Amino acid sequence: MFKKILIANRGEIAVRVIRACHEMGIAAVAVYSDVDRAALHVRKVDEAYPIGAPAASESYLNIQKILDVAARSGADAIHPGYGFLSENAKFARACADAGLKFIGPTAAAMDAMGSKTKARQAMERAGVPFVPGTSRGLESFEEAEQVAARIGYPVMLKAAAGGGGKGMRLVHAPEELKSALESARSEAERSFSDSEIYIEKAIVNPRHIEMQILADEHGNTVYLGERECSIQRRHQKVIEEAPSPIVDPDMRRRMGEVAVRVAQAAGYTNAGTVEFLVDEKKNFYFLEMNTRLQVEHPVTELVTGLDLVHLQIHIAVGERLPFKQDDVQIRGHAMECRIYAEDPDNNYFPSPGKITLLLQPSGPGIRRDSGVYEGWTVPIDYDPLLAKLIGYGTDRDQAIARLTRALNEYFVGGIKTNISLFRRILNDSDFRAAKMDTGFLDRLLKRKEDTVADDKAAEVAAIAAGLFAALDTRSANESKDVIDRASKWMSAARREAMR
Amino acid sequence: MMTYDITIDGKRYRLDLNRADDQWSCRLDGRDVEVDAVLIRPDVLSLHIGNQAYEVKCERVAGGTDIWVGSARFAAEVRDPRSLRGRVRAADDQGPRKLTAPMPGKIVRVLVKQGDAVEAGAGIMVVEAMKMQNEIKSPKKGTVQKILVNEGAAVNAGDVLAIVE
Repeated sequence: MFKKILIANRGEIAVRVIRACHEMGIAAVAVYSDVDRAALHVRKVDEAYPIGAPAASESYLNIQKILDVAARSGADAIHPGYGFLSENAKFARACADAGLKFIGPTAAAMDAMGSKTKARQAMERAGVPFVPGTSRGLESFEEAEQVAARIGYPVMLKAAAGGGGKGMRLVHAPEELKSALESARSEAERSFSDSEIYIEKAIVNPRHIEMQILADEHGNTVYLGERECSIQRRHQKVIEEAPSPIVDPDMRRRMGEVAVRVAQAAGYTNAGTVEFLVDEKKNFYFLEMNTRLQVEHPVTELVTGLDLVHLQIHIAVGERLPFKQDDVQIRGHAMECRIYAEDPDNNYFPSPGKITLLLQPSGPGIRRDSGVYEGWTVPIDYDPLLAKLIGYGTDRDQAIARLTRALNEYFVGGIKTNISLFRRILNDSDFRAAKMDTGFLDRLLKRKEDTVADDKAAEVAAIAAGLFAALDTRSANESKDVIDRASKWMSAARREAMR
Repeated sequence: MMTYDITIDGKRYRLDLNRADDQWSCRLDGRDVEVDAVLIRPDVLSLHIGNQAYEVKCERVAGGTDIWVGSARFAAEVRDPRSLRGRVRAADDQGPRKLTAPMPGKIVRVLVKQGDAVEAGAGIMVVEAMKMQNEIKSPKKGTVQKILVNEGAAVNAGDVLAIVE
């Protein structure tokens, strides 16, 4: 077993990996940038090394600095977490060259998955389903007509050189095809100086469902069931759950077997995730593979009873998977809310700053993976994920009920968070009925929130506001004087005046 | 005896509070209310009204105080009518208006120069935090009287960035 693991990350995932190390009797090494000296992962760890300026390129993305710390600390392995260097093949290769075990796939497997065209060729050989269409440019309108008829409407025309929606047209019916193709071509020509257009079946209101896999270094690969991640904003996942409400055992087996084939085609080892788009008829299509531990891994842990970080470490040491596919059982339902420092009243713009008050939920079926604490200042330099709140229950309804209860216990003061958004989603009738797709959240946010004026609660607030003014002893503590009612009253008035 | 004029989400209340022998007596708009309160820690109040129990949180935010009753948020203003200094000046759309940073961040671009005429809603500068950019807009039509920060400067929430006259 490893003696010492360096964690090349920060925030909640660094804390998560430190905990796994300590559970396994392994010393943990942290790195931190100048603004993270007081960060939670630096408080929890056994050894900590500064690695420079706040900008990630100067610190958490700086391969040489991290390898230097590994050498100085005598670490024998590196866990990259997610984000930062986790999917950087150059980093994985540099670790191997320095005699350090990278806890993740090999650089070669990352390369195979990183290149979309290479990945697609390898996957096609392995019989992996893709969104039907042409993988090369259309020669003529007649060809477009034939392909569209074969794959079925609606279809999507896409510029081969495309990006940002330019040269893209959604076509619902054959009579729209000709003009759509012409306008897509001319737009592509204008935008990219390349008029090549290809055609794909349009997946209307897809669901995003992904399959967790684990592969050891002895050729054993298993799938651990799916996660549904259809609740997204700007392609950022907001809520994930396992199992998916629409996946039955047969579909799970079919998706799982495809995911295992994808991993094996790439010579994949360690933990990975194969992402699929799923259409309204439950057809699933390969999207991409994420070659790392995912943010949302806890929901899989809760429904399988496995610890993915422990397993990652066991695999990296060279051990065999301790179970077979048939041993994997899905039990109960788990759902994760990503608590971000962002302002719901200001278009969910990041809201860093000092956490002045933090009341955190606990109790039955609640797991909280947090990277913050009260009194800490959330820096402006990194991703605004503060914590993950995960609810577990016998079934989906109970998981939702527990999460709702926990969200009501949760309070973060001093900075804005998206906690109120989760209350809204979890209370939505479509969400409760599991009627969701990747457009769900945008549609929800376009609707105005029905707020009922609560006069009773407003009266409670009025009484409380007065009591706070009368009772607040903060200025009193500062002067350490015994305060009589008169001076307390004056300090309250002074605070008001200075506001 | 303490008297407060309290505004909750724009609605005004008059609150009289008195404490004798650890017991509060409370009148809200002239109505007696049975209240028991314990300050659990700064900013957290366990409040009983009759036998109804509430946990109420107080959060100081840019531009005032928010009171949270459970998960419902209310913007609160507390004034002591006997305190002259506690009076709030009426917001004046005619005079100069300060633009403040809504969050800590970095000024990535200043879009106007001192002396420029601007429309209400015109972009004045761009603040970046957590890799997202936010445009600070002019609150009124007028002239840029002063720019108080340079491009590249780090700012804290509430810092004055510019003044529009």
